[in-house]
Amino acid sequence: MSKQYETVIGLEVHVELATKTKIFCGCSTAFGAGPNTQTCPVCTGMPGSLPVLNKQVLEYAIAVGLATNCDITRYAKFDRKNYFYPDNPQNYQISQLYLPICQNGGVEIETEEGGRKTVGIHEIHMEEDAGKLIHDEWEDCSLVDYNRSGVPLIEIVSEPDMRSAEEVIAYLEKLRLLIQYLGASDCKLQEGSMRADVNLSVREVGTEAFGVRTEMKNLNSFRAISRAIAGETERQIDLLESGEKVVQETRRWDDAKGESYTMRSKEDAQDYRYFPDPDLTPISVSDKMLAEIREKQPEFRDDKMKRYKAEFDIPDYDIDIITQSKHMADIFEAAVALGAEPKKVSNWLMGETLRLMKEREVDAQDLRFSPAHLASLIRLVDTKAINSSVAKEVFEVMFEENVDPEQYVEEKGLKTVNDEGALKKAVEEVIAANPQSVADYRGGKEKAIGFLVGQTMKAMKGKADPGAVNRMLKELL
Amino acid sequence: MCITDMTAVELAAAIREGKATAVEALQAVLTRIEEKDKELNCYVTVDKEGALKQAVQVQEKIEKGELTGPLAGVPVAIKDNLCTEGILTTCASRILRNFVPTYTAKAVVNLQKAGAVILGKTNMDEFAMGSTTETSAYGVTRNPHNTEHVPGGSSGGSAAAVAAGECFYALGSDTGGSIRQPASYCGAVGMKPTYGTVSRYGLIAYGSSLDQIGPLTKDVRDCATVLEVIASHDDKDSTSLVRQDTDFTKALVEDVKGMRIGIPNDYLGEGLDEEVREAVLQAARVLEAQGAVVERFDLSLVEYAIPAYYTIAAAEASSNLERFDGIKYGYRTEEYTGLHHMYKKSRSEGFGEEVKRRIMLGSFVLSSGYYDAYYLKALRVKALIKKAFDEAFARYDMILGPVAPTTAPRLGESLADPIRMYLGDIYTIAVNLAGLPGISVPCGQDSKGLPIGMQLIGDCFQEKKLLRAAYTYEQYEKK
Repeated sequence: MSKQYETVIGLEVHVELATKTKIFCGCSTAFGAGPNTQTCPVCTGMPGSLPVLNKQVLEYAIAVGLATNCDITRYAKFDRKNYFYPDNPQNYQISQLYLPICQNGGVEIETEEGGRKTVGIHEIHMEEDAGKLIHDEWEDCSLVDYNRSGVPLIEIVSEPDMRSAEEVIAYLEKLRLLIQYLGASDCKLQEGSMRADVNLSVREVGTEAFGVRTEMKNLNSFRAISRAIAGETERQIDLLESGEKVVQETRRWDDAKGESYTMRSKEDAQDYRYFPDPDLTPISVSDKMLAEIREKQPEFRDDKMKRYKAEFDIPDYDIDIITQSKHMADIFEAAVALGAEPKKVSNWLMGETLRLMKEREVDAQDLRFSPAHLASLIRLVDTKAINSSVAKEVFEVMFEENVDPEQYVEEKGLKTVNDEGALKKAVEEVIAANPQSVADYRGGKEKAIGFLVGQTMKAMKGKADPGAVNRMLKELL
Repeated sequence: MCITDMTAVELAAAIREGKATAVEALQAVLTRIEEKDKELNCYVTVDKEGALKQAVQVQEKIEKGELTGPLAGVPVAIKDNLCTEGILTTCASRILRNFVPTYTAKAVVNLQKAGAVILGKTNMDEFAMGSTTETSAYGVTRNPHNTEHVPGGSSGGSAAAVAAGECFYALGSDTGGSIRQPASYCGAVGMKPTYGTVSRYGLIAYGSSLDQIGPLTKDVRDCATVLEVIASHDDKDSTSLVRQDTDFTKALVEDVKGMRIGIPNDYLGEGLDEEVREAVLQAARVLEAQGAVVERFDLSLVEYAIPAYYTIAAAEASSNLERFDGIKYGYRTEEYTGLHHMYKKSRSEGFGEEVKRRIMLGSFVLSSGYYDAYYLKALRVKALIKKAFDEAFARYDMILGPVAPTTAPRLGESLADPIRMYLGDIYTIAVNLAGLPGISVPCGQDSKGLPIGMQLIGDCFQEKKLLRAAYTYEQYEKK
């Protein structure tokens, strides 16, 4: 390759908002219900039905806009985007084109070189999701489920400010964290509550003008995004190098095959005949509303990290991990507020919690145990009511079912036995039953005592304090 | 007095007083429908069984004292673009020939709560697009005053049913004159309220920013009474208004003293039939004699209302009618190859000529490259028209003029020349563009015996002024 190329990337990110009801009607947004059970005349586009904006959607959109340093459009409107498709019951989608709710923002990301750069946000607009088509190959027919029709979305349109897959991932992580901190969405790529379309072009290093771009769809993971960016960059450079032209088009990424193919070219682009939706009155954002939303904005991650560094004596690494999820940070702070020692709370989160999350594929935002229960578990260990291996056992149950550890330990009889007599009896039996190990220890093999401790703990069904066992063994030997 | 000659308010009083029952009234009106509707074709659907059930229930409630309102027990006809749960709702289109809604329009629900008995669904121009009720897929409706003439439109079935005694009152919808003009052609009273007064929830939209539901009645008292019942704020309609002044029957007072009435010179110009002009001016003289101050003035911009209206209404219609695609309900073509072919064929076969013409016009004015030149320009004209009215209402309590340039045309005359038909809306459509209330009141007949209507137009929320003037005029004419 004789020339040096640079990749230019902009993203269109769709985020499904975590409202209880749909954007223009009162139907539930809950996932997983039977087909068409969460529908009404409005979200199935029945004749005569009319949309009414769910105020929570507007509040979330504004909150995201404020978090991404956007200007909030004080007089905004909804527009109709007209196109025919069976998943779209009215054959138009209510979206925003002319006066989107947020404009001209940006977020700061860390670059690979450790520097910082701002990725501009052109706009954020509100819109409704479409239903879901199910193609039944067996019956040779298509079915449509309108449960998703009318689920609120925001679309965050970035400027073409990113230059690599790493920057794209950093930008998406940043958005995900901001939005999760706001509670506006769970932002799960795999489940489709966050979807990213990648607009990509290449140009020779040093040129100002943008190359012809393509839009890539169907990217369901950070890994797919990285691979698609690498693949598309290579494809475009190859075209240019062999004297061909990049065609402006929409491509679909096939992650299994690791390649993309044309969905539709610019020539097929539809005229959406956008115009303001006459069924919805213009949105005017009052000073009061804006002030209230500003007031409710949470402490975001960067500020939280700074505060943790100042307030808590825990490693930066722990802070980094804990604050990656608002939910985990909330657990941390609440447990500490209940009197647990920060370092111990952090250890539980960094140790057992992360281990179980990985093992059981649980997302940090879906952690079920309450901070009060974690604090009381720590207290049980601190007071030597249970030993650390029992604690881990209890924690595992808490992780799954959020049981109250005190109650659980009580019910299952897991408390450490502090009865000197019982312990002494057990130790004596272990010594008697393991002459070889006893001989080894006495012969100077310090390690042999570990085996004897283990045997005693076993005999005590784990309910002894290993320190006490150790001391008693040494005494008796 | 024959029961079908009663007004709605008279009938309700008779039922309350035990002089008649809701069932008797229903049977009388069903007999009338049987006698006349073969020829007139006011109805697309007559729901005999359903109406009878309602009449029995309503009568019971009246007797128990649970229903005491001024419309309890009175049979009503509903324009076929208002959704009625369990009753076929076609918009007079082939594409909705099998559409039975799962819910009832808010305005109709309000009537049901007041004890109305729903007779059936009235004929109309297909999707309310037309001025004659000739674009219906279910045959033309004939004018009861002369069956060789149209009843007007698009609420022609409702107006003709009221005039023929085939119902006691009816609901219509008015996007550019569709209540007022057929009321005028049929000698009924028809009112289009201020935009947002009656919920549009359940009204199958034509031009959403212009559509408004309103009454077609035998007299002004019925008109005020019906409007009072159907007007309500509705959380399901974002454009619905919260109004505290919907006690419209309070305005039924014979007094126009000192009322300032302006007659726009623009409404008396070229194209206006001489007999219509004379009748309207005579009505103005009556009001003047009753103490109103009547003046001529220049409203201006009237000639721009028609192109602005047909741009905006067609644009909205092109989008509103997209949902009729044969996928979920309604007409689907028999044979097709693939999805887009199915869309095209179903819609080509399901929609009539006038509807297709407006869909194409609307799609064109919204298409990229033309949006600014047509749609946005039309919105600016709309704003200017509103301003012209604001200036007029700074000087006058109301505007008086004709409803339409002529009396009802003969069947078949209008569709041959759509542009001419569009021009017939010249006095009514500006009212919709500005969101204003307007009422059509009978004011005589032409030499052929066809009714003439005068129109009173008020500022937003001034329905009461219009009703007062209309009532005063009507009472004077009765004497």
